[in-house]
Amino acid sequence: MSQIKEAILETNRQGHKAFIPYIMAGDGGLETLKPTILKLQELGVTAIEVGIPFTDPVADGPTIEEAGIRALAKGTTLRKVLETLSTFADGITIPLVAMTYLNPVLAYGIEAFAKDAYNAGIRGVIIPDMPLEESELVHPSLQAAGIDLVQLVSLTSTPERIEKLTKASEGFIYAVTVNGITGARSSFEGNLEDHFKTIQSYTDTPVLAGFGISTPEHVKQFGSFTSGVIVGSKIVDCLTKGDWDTIENLVKASKAVPLA
Amino acid sequence: MSKTLIQNGYYGNYGGSFVPDEVQKVLEKIAEEFAKVKDDPSFNEELNYYLKEYAGRETPLFFAKNLTEKLGGAKIYLKREDLNHTGSHKLNNVLGQILLAKRMGAKRIIAETGAGQHGVATATAAAMFGMECTIYMGAKDTKRQALNVFRMELLGAKVVAVDKGNGLLKEAVDEAFLDLVKNHDNTFYLLGSAVGPTPYPEIVEHFQSVISRESRAQHLEKEGKLPTAVVAAVGGGSNAAGAFSHYINDENVRLIGVEPAGAATLTKGSPGVLHGFKSYVLQDEEGNLLETNSIAAGLDYPGVGPLHAYLHETGRGEYVTVTNEEVLEAFQVLSRTEGIIPALESSHAVAHTLKLAPTLSPEDTIIVNISGRGDKDVQQVFELLKNQ
Repeated sequence: MSQIKEAILETNRQGHKAFIPYIMAGDGGLETLKPTILKLQELGVTAIEVGIPFTDPVADGPTIEEAGIRALAKGTTLRKVLETLSTFADGITIPLVAMTYLNPVLAYGIEAFAKDAYNAGIRGVIIPDMPLEESELVHPSLQAAGIDLVQLVSLTSTPERIEKLTKASEGFIYAVTVNGITGARSSFEGNLEDHFKTIQSYTDTPVLAGFGISTPEHVKQFGSFTSGVIVGSKIVDCLTKGDWDTIENLVKASKAVPLA
Repeated sequence: MSKTLIQNGYYGNYGGSFVPDEVQKVLEKIAEEFAKVKDDPSFNEELNYYLKEYAGRETPLFFAKNLTEKLGGAKIYLKREDLNHTGSHKLNNVLGQILLAKRMGAKRIIAETGAGQHGVATATAAAMFGMECTIYMGAKDTKRQALNVFRMELLGAKVVAVDKGNGLLKEAVDEAFLDLVKNHDNTFYLLGSAVGPTPYPEIVEHFQSVISRESRAQHLEKEGKLPTAVVAAVGGGSNAAGAFSHYINDENVRLIGVEPAGAATLTKGSPGVLHGFKSYVLQDEEGNLLETNSIAAGLDYPGVGPLHAYLHETGRGEYVTVTNEEVLEAFQVLSRTEGIIPALESSHAVAHTLKLAPTLSPEDTIIVNISGRGDKDVQQVFELLKNQ
């Protein structure tokens, strides 16, 4: 079974909600990648989303976009990220999920990417600008390498669309909590609980909520009707400030029992 | 017409739609509505009314006798899109899309703009149709085309300067997409060039095809035959798409697209996915988009419409480059020789024609698409020539 799915289900079995932080690889320099991942692992996160910087991040709000610009300015490339991850992949016990736009993957060469990503500890990929209809471009190679292709489900997806996406999504289902782009929100619209329950009803793949989640209250709120949460912009923000206390509090909010 | 070229949103291998799901929904709706209106007689009657009465079409196909004699080769005809209301071909597509937006019940129009011509054309139409309008423009472009910014504001539009990355057209497109994703309920994104996810490239080609629908009939009337070649500048590719469209199936008509040497997407780029579509892009080995450099703001873009990627790959279209120096020269030559000041974008087509015409015989004809007028560029040219 998918290592990511297994990690999430195991977390749930222990009575916690999955917590997946997102980091922008290369923000602060590639030398920060190893210590950051190790520290997050220590805090007890379920998996880590590793963002790959790109010149045209159409799905990202200012926080992640600017982190990407900083990372690119330091010469970060997909190749260097995978190489760096490979140097310490042995010491990582949690699955990594790459979040990247399609063009860098195509430029790398999808087969080479699948192989190198796996060796770097990546067990899943999220490609926000690649719709399900185009996934044949990457899916066969990813599947052959043992890497999940995670689908994003939006708030406006119709039931038919939700069914299609949930059945196709591997590892987990990334259920987006807002209309639009990434970025911390203070509040959310609508009856999200029903929406998430509908998504879950189609599948036994775990559903995780992501986009905009930025406080321990959000984590608990979304955790209460999903298998867990993904926190992006807030984590990126905290990392640039070196604010590990806030990160720890966010992670703790996903645990039923406080960390020892 | 290339309507047979488009299959499921693709021109051969190029096109498609690479966007998050919620944008996809919006695009599907637009595609549905467009399919309904494009051959609908009442829609076209209304569109033709505005093209004629408001835009001032049809535009002349002018025989450039002086330039022809000067070059001593093929007869040169100028398709005068510079005489369109707002001074460029942009309004053709704007009128078509804004009527589509109205049919869809949109209250607000957003657009991206590079040189500012599409922004001005959009603000113009929004004013006339009474719709709220926001235009995204790269911060660098807002400075080099400051008067166009003022024009848009005079016309009642809000101009948002995008101060990210290079501050050019691609940043403006990125920002417009972000707006669409957030506000798609009440907002129509009026895309100005033949780029972006399907159905935009074919919508733009369709509405710009009035250029070659007219030029074909005009040329047949004047010459009793089809042209040897059609030459147009290529940035995103909208004026070229329109200029080429009605000749694509005429194999003996050469279709020549002219790109800036500093933004030569087709000659120096490679296939990739950007801004929601698959086409040729100027990218590094990592797949990151490269900085472009062109004297003409409207051509300063690291991508190109999928129609042109397809025409390039199949060899149906020939894509060449000219340098900034050649462009500046052409700008001045057309001004002095024919009393027509072309836009710097159009000057790319003129620059290549200066090289092409002498190699052809006097029995040949070339249609050069003068996509816009150069009044917006005189300040910039003045500065450039001063510093030479």
